[in-house]
Amino acid sequence: MIQLDVRKNSYYDSVTLMLISKDIKTMEGVKEVLVGMGTELNLELVENLGLGSPGLSDVSANDFFIAADVDSNEVMEAVILKVDELLTQKKVESGSDYQPVTLEAAVEMMPDANMAVVSIPGQYAEEEVSKLLDKDLHVMLFSDNVSVESELKLKQKAVEKGLLMMGPDCGTAIINGVPLAFANVVRRGPIGIVGASGTGTQEVSALIDKFGSGCSQVIGTGGRDLKSEIGGLMMIQGMEALMADPQTEVIVLISKPPAPEVAKKILAMTKETDKPVVVDFIGGDPEAIKEVGAYACITLEDAALKAVALAKGEMPTDATGFTQPEAEVDAMVEAQLAKLKPDQKVFRGLYTGGTLADEAMKVLGNTLGGIYSNIPLSPEFELKDLDNLTGNVCLDLGEDQFTVGRPHPMIDPSTRSDRFATDIDGTVAVCLVDIVIGYGAHEDPAAEVANSIADVRRKLQKEGKEIVVVASITGTANDPQGLDASKATLEAQDIIVMPSNAQAVRLVQRIMSKVQA
Amino acid sequence: MSKINELFQKELKVINMGLESFQKDLKNQEVEALQMNWRPVAGGNPKLRALLDRLK
Repeated sequence: MIQLDVRKNSYYDSVTLMLISKDIKTMEGVKEVLVGMGTELNLELVENLGLGSPGLSDVSANDFFIAADVDSNEVMEAVILKVDELLTQKKVESGSDYQPVTLEAAVEMMPDANMAVVSIPGQYAEEEVSKLLDKDLHVMLFSDNVSVESELKLKQKAVEKGLLMMGPDCGTAIINGVPLAFANVVRRGPIGIVGASGTGTQEVSALIDKFGSGCSQVIGTGGRDLKSEIGGLMMIQGMEALMADPQTEVIVLISKPPAPEVAKKILAMTKETDKPVVVDFIGGDPEAIKEVGAYACITLEDAALKAVALAKGEMPTDATGFTQPEAEVDAMVEAQLAKLKPDQKVFRGLYTGGTLADEAMKVLGNTLGGIYSNIPLSPEFELKDLDNLTGNVCLDLGEDQFTVGRPHPMIDPSTRSDRFATDIDGTVAVCLVDIVIGYGAHEDPAAEVANSIADVRRKLQKEGKEIVVVASITGTANDPQGLDASKATLEAQDIIVMPSNAQAVRLVQRIMSKVQA
Repeated sequence: MSKINELFQKELKVINMGLESFQKDLKNQEVEALQMNWRPVAGGNPKLRALLDRLK
């Protein structure tokens, strides 16, 4: 039976009423219910829910009503009592499970919200992010497939309003110590980062933690920010904020080589601050950086080490070697070489982090006579056939050609598991991998890699062969997966775990130069 | 002080529009995070969407 209870001129906010409707619906003897103000929208909804009754014709937007389909009059009485009880509780508990559909309702529920993380399909991003910026919310836009035109419009608006608009395709940020999307649990400290490349930024921030320092803020910009179309709008905005931030003593900038005029603009800005600025334009020209008095870097690890040294007031030096003593490294190389047969000649890098794959190729670059890839350093090394690999290959498995209908391999390791099965055969001497842990990532990527390697080893054993596997973990001790636990899992499968991607690549270089000699 | 520098002084309070796992991660760290039940306007139907826009 349909019952109606109307209270003239009683106002309650829509969010409170939506939450009450949700609770009442769970009561015994209640088939359907709507508790709301008599707005046009609610009156229409009441009809659609089959709760219409003649009494509703007098209800106006200032009136509060309960329309319910109940088993008996007694149930309706219980409903009214329950509604009154809930209304007197008044305050909407934040953390309730109610999920607002509109931004207006969300802001009403959380009036002091200051950040929005957006990961909706890219085609809708411009409209939604624009509304968020209108509400003075800082935005991290994780979505990809957002056009350059949309990105420019949104960033121009953010700059005009003095807000962050991190992204699109921004995978990582740590704001006020809080990791957003894909990020590591990095202790707080004096180093502020603005990064245009996701896993590169994760590697630097995680290494800063490993080296005993910490990060004030980690601001992501999205990978296209330093292209000429966008002009570095968000890196500039982020730098200005870090320059003015009393908690930030050293600034680190991370990006693939920017458009020349953007690089010039950014580097000119480094002269406007007394704070030391460490710049890793991965593989870019170090001279332009040194000219403005900033610190140029060789690798992501080098960027982290330089930043930590500067934060301690020490003079930074180039990090070109290993954490372990040279003799130990040499012994390790010899021990690994002894496992290989003469026809095992090539190298395979199977990466989930794009910047880490890029760094691997840049460090190895000249030594192995060129590396084939889906993200090659030069066009002649573009892989034509991804299904039949030959020669030295390094893959970024996060690229579109590997993720059709699948989540990113940092979330779903099955992409890489499949590639281990197809890409590692008896011709391969050394396999190089990254393991990215932290929030956002798979719950145990190290175990997934270890299992895949166990399968590979079983397969090669039939040919009487072994393989050298070198890994590095991008992560910290306080990440949910744990750095030490991940390392132990890999080492139990006889995988060599190096302290950074740069050192893992250098070790591979040592081994491969002997393999190819 | 810029709005970004003001943000640096505040407790982070997040509205999450999209992947629920991001909100759960924040909740697990005791960060206030509100999950939106985002859906495309007019169910993503462009014709219906155009009609709705005309009504505004």
